[in-house]
Amino acid sequence: MGFVNKLRSSLTKVRRSLAGAVENVVSGRREIDESLYEELEDALILADVGVAAAQEIMSRVRKRVKELRLKDPMQLKPLFKEEILRIIGVEAAPLFLPKEPPAVILMVGVNGTGKTTSIGKLACYFREQGKKVLLAAADTFRAAAIDQLEVWAKRAGVDVIKQREGSDPAAVVYDALQAAKARRVDVVLVDTAGRLHTKTNLMEELKKIRRVAEREVPGAPHEVLLVVDATTGQNAVNQAKLFSEAAGVTGIVLTKLDGTAKGGVVVAVKNAFEIPVKFVGIGEGVEDLIPFHPGEFAAAIFD
Amino acid sequence: MFSSLGEKLQETFKRLKGKGKLTEQDVDAALREVRVALLEADVNFKVVKDFVKRIRERAVGQEVLANLNPAHQVVKIVRDELTALMGGENARLNIAPKPPAVIMLVGLQGSGKTTTAAKLCVLLKKQGRRPLLVAADVYRPAAIRQLEVLGGQIQVPVYSSDKSPVGIATGAFEEAVRKGNDTVVIDTAGRLHINEELMKELDLIKKSVKPHEILLVADAMTGQDAVTVAETFHKRLELDGVVLTKLDGDTRGGAALSIREVTGCPIKFAGVGEKLDMLEPFHPDRMADRILGMGDVLTLIEKAQDTFDIQQASEMQKRIKSADFNLEDFLVQLRQFKKMGPLEQVLGMLPGFGNMKKVRDQFQLDERDLVLTEAIINSMTAEERRRPDVIDGSRRRRIAHGSGTTVQDVNRLLKQFGQTKKLIRQFTSMEKGVKKGVKMGRFPFM
Ligand SMILES: Nc1nc2c(ncn2[C@@H]2O[C@H](COP(=O)(O)OP(=O)(O)OP(=O)(O)O)[C@@H](O)[C@H]2O)c(=O)[nH]1
Ligand SMILES: Nc1nc2c(ncn2[C@@H]2O[C@H](COP(=O)(O)OP(=O)(O)OP(=O)(O)O)[C@@H](O)[C@H]2O)c(=O)[nH]1
Ligand SMILES: [Mg+2]
Ligand SMILES: [Mg+2]
Repeated sequence: MGFVNKLRSSLTKVRRSLAGAVENVVSGRREIDESLYEELEDALILADVGVAAAQEIMSRVRKRVKELRLKDPMQLKPLFKEEILRIIGVEAAPLFLPKEPPAVILMVGVNGTGKTTSIGKLACYFREQGKKVLLAAADTFRAAAIDQLEVWAKRAGVDVIKQREGSDPAAVVYDALQAAKARRVDVVLVDTAGRLHTKTNLMEELKKIRRVAEREVPGAPHEVLLVVDATTGQNAVNQAKLFSEAAGVTGIVLTKLDGTAKGGVVVAVKNAFEIPVKFVGIGEGVEDLIPFHPGEFAAAIFD
Repeated sequence: MFSSLGEKLQETFKRLKGKGKLTEQDVDAALREVRVALLEADVNFKVVKDFVKRIRERAVGQEVLANLNPAHQVVKIVRDELTALMGGENARLNIAPKPPAVIMLVGLQGSGKTTTAAKLCVLLKKQGRRPLLVAADVYRPAAIRQLEVLGGQIQVPVYSSDKSPVGIATGAFEEAVRKGNDTVVIDTAGRLHINEELMKELDLIKKSVKPHEILLVADAMTGQDAVTVAETFHKRLELDGVVLTKLDGDTRGGAALSIREVTGCPIKFAGVGEKLDMLEPFHPDRMADRILGMGDVLTLIEKAQDTFDIQQASEMQKRIKSADFNLEDFLVQLRQFKKMGPLEQVLGMLPGFGNMKKVRDQFQLDERDLVLTEAIINSMTAEERRRPDVIDGSRRRRIAHGSGTTVQDVNRLLKQFGQTKKLIRQFTSMEKGVKKGVKMGRFPFM
C-alpha cells in the first residue's frame, strides 16, 4: 500500500470531517456569501486550527475570491487546500541524519502523548532500513516506563541502555551515547519522561539532557521531536513554544490520528513557529507510524 | 498570546459608560469577544454557539447594576452561567452501601487512567476504605507492571491475572469479597471511542461487575474532539462522572465545558500533577475563570461590587486622572482599597499587576500605615493637601508634630504620593495605547 493510500485509509475520518465539512458547506450553495465564509471558518476551528490561524486562512481566501472574481462555491475547495498548504508547507521535512553516525534523536513532550510508543515504532522503521538502533531509557520517573520501553525494544529487536528508576536521566543519555559510539550504532533514540512545559525544573532537566548530547556527539541532538497528541487543542501552541525554547524542537510527531481528532493545531503551530510535522502516528502497532508529507496529506484530505 | 477577555471587553465598552440598560448591541459586541475567548480555550464550537445564545437571552435588557460597568456585568453573567453549567456543587463518588463498591476508569489512550486509579486509592484510603486495584489493561506494554509499581508506592494490593479483561474484572470482584476489600478500582486500557471491539469489551466488563461509578478520564488539554469522545463513551456506558487530568499546566481547559455539556455528568475530580496525592475535588468556579482566561479579575469584580461606593468611585476616577490629584484624593483612594482587603492581594489579582514588582512595592501598606497616613494628612492645611508642593521643611516638622509622627514618616508619605501620581500618569498613558504590548489590568474604578 503506497503512502497516499495508507494515509488515506487511516485518515478517512479526517477526510470525512474536514474535507467533508468543506464539501457539506459548499455543496448545494449557489453563491459565495458571508454565511458560507463563516461556516468554513467554523470547519477550521472544529479541526483545532485555532481562531487566529482560521481567521488568517479565511481572510486570504476572501481576498483571493475577490481577486479571482470567483462566484461558484465549488471553486473554494482548491483555494482552501492551497491556503492550508501555504502554511503547512508543500515539501516533506525528512529527518536529518548526519553523515557520521550516530544520529541522536530526542523525543520530548507532555505526558501521555505517545513518546515511548513512537520510539518503538521508529526503532522498527530504522531497523527495516538496515540501521543499527539503540534506545536510551531516559524516562527514569514514570512507573514502569523502562519496562514499557524494553517491551518495545524486544519487538523491534534493538538494545536498550538503562539505569535504575529514579536515576539521573542525563547520566542515562551519557551512557547510551558512549555505548553507541563503542558499538557503532547508527541511530540513538532517547525516550524522555512526559513533562508539562510549564514546569521549569523539568524543563531544566531537558536542557541538561540536551547539553550532554551536544557534548558527547558532535552536532547532536540531530533531531528533537515534539510528540503532540492529535486530540490536543490550542495548548499545543504553548507546548511548541516552551519545548522549543528549552530543547530546540526540530519537528513534530503527531500521534493518535487514527481517532476522530483532526490534529489541526499543527497548522497553528506551523503558522506560529515554523515547526514542521515529520511523522504521524495512526495506531498502536509497530507499523503505525508514517513519514508526513504535507502535499499528500492535503491531497488525502481534499481530493 | 491570549489577551485577557477582560481587557477586550473594557475596550468594547469604552464608549458605553453610564448607560441604563444592556442593549442588544452592547451584548452582541461583548459576546463576540466571549465567543473568541471560549474558542481559544478549546470549548467546542457548537457548545460555544449554544452558550452564547443563552447568555444573549439572559443579558439583553438587563439593568446595568449601579456598581458595575457594562463590561463587568456581561463578564459576570458569563461567569455565573459557566459555573452553573459545570455543576454548582462539587460531586462525590457513589459508594455502594453493600461492599465492594466498584469504580471503573475509562478513556482514550494516555489520558491518565492508570495514574488516576492509584490517586483515587490514596483518597479512598484516607477515608478509611480498603481499596483493591485491578489491572484490566492487557494491551499496553508494561501496563500491569505500571499499576503494580504504583500500588506498591501507596500500599494498595493490585489484582491481575492472565485472563481476558472481563475475566480479570470478575476475578477481582471475587477476590475483594474474599479478602474484605470494600472498593474495587478497575484500570482499563486506553481505547479510541470508535474502536467497536474495545468499546464492546467495556460494555461486557460493565455488565459483569456492574460498577457503581464509571468515570471518564479526560485530558484537560483536549481540543474540539472532546465532545465526540465524551458523547460516544457516555452513550455506550452511561458515565457517572468525569476526571479531568493534567490541569497543572497552562491549558485553559475548555474541554471541561464541552464534556459537561454533552454528557451532563459532573466533573468530580481534577488531576493536578503526576504524584499520587495530586487529585483534587473539581471547582467549577475556578474552572470558569480559567476558561475565560481572566485570572482572578472576576473575584476582584465581586469584591469591588460588595465594597465600592460607585458614585464616589466614578468621581474618584476623574480626579485620579486629572492633573490636580491631591493628597485628599489619595486618602480616599487608600481607604477604598483598604476595604477590599490587603492591598497586595487586591493588586495581585489584576492581570499584569501581579508580576509588577514596582507596583507591589509601591502599594505595600499595612493597617498601621493607613492610620499614620490619615493622621498625617489630617494635620495638613487645606492648601497643603491640595498643593503638596508647598510643603517645605518647616511645614513637615509641624505636620509631624501635629500628627504624632516623625518627619521621616511625612517624607515617606509625600514620596509615596509623588510616585503614585507618576504611576497613575504612566497607567493613563498606557491605557491610551501609548505603550502597546504592555498588558495592564485596570482598577475597577478607572
Ligand atoms: N490510537 C493510538 N494510540 C497511540 C498512538 N501512539 C501512542 N498511543 C497510545 O497512547 C498511550 C500513551 O503512549 P506512550 O507512548 O506511553 O506515551 P508517552 O508520551 O511515552 O507517555 P509518558 O511517558 O507517560 O509521558 C499508549 O496507550 C499508546 O499505546 C497512536 O498513534 N494511536
Ligand atoms: N502533569 C500531570 N500528568 C499526569 C496527570 N495524570 C496523569 N499524568 C501523566 O500522564 C501520563 C499518562 O498517564 P497514565 O496514567 O499512564 O495514562 P493512561 O490513561 O493509563 O494511559 P494508557 O493506559 O496508555 O491509555 C503519565 O506520564 C502520567 O504521569 C496529571 O494530573 N498531571
Ligand atoms: Mg513514555
Ligand atoms: Mg493505563
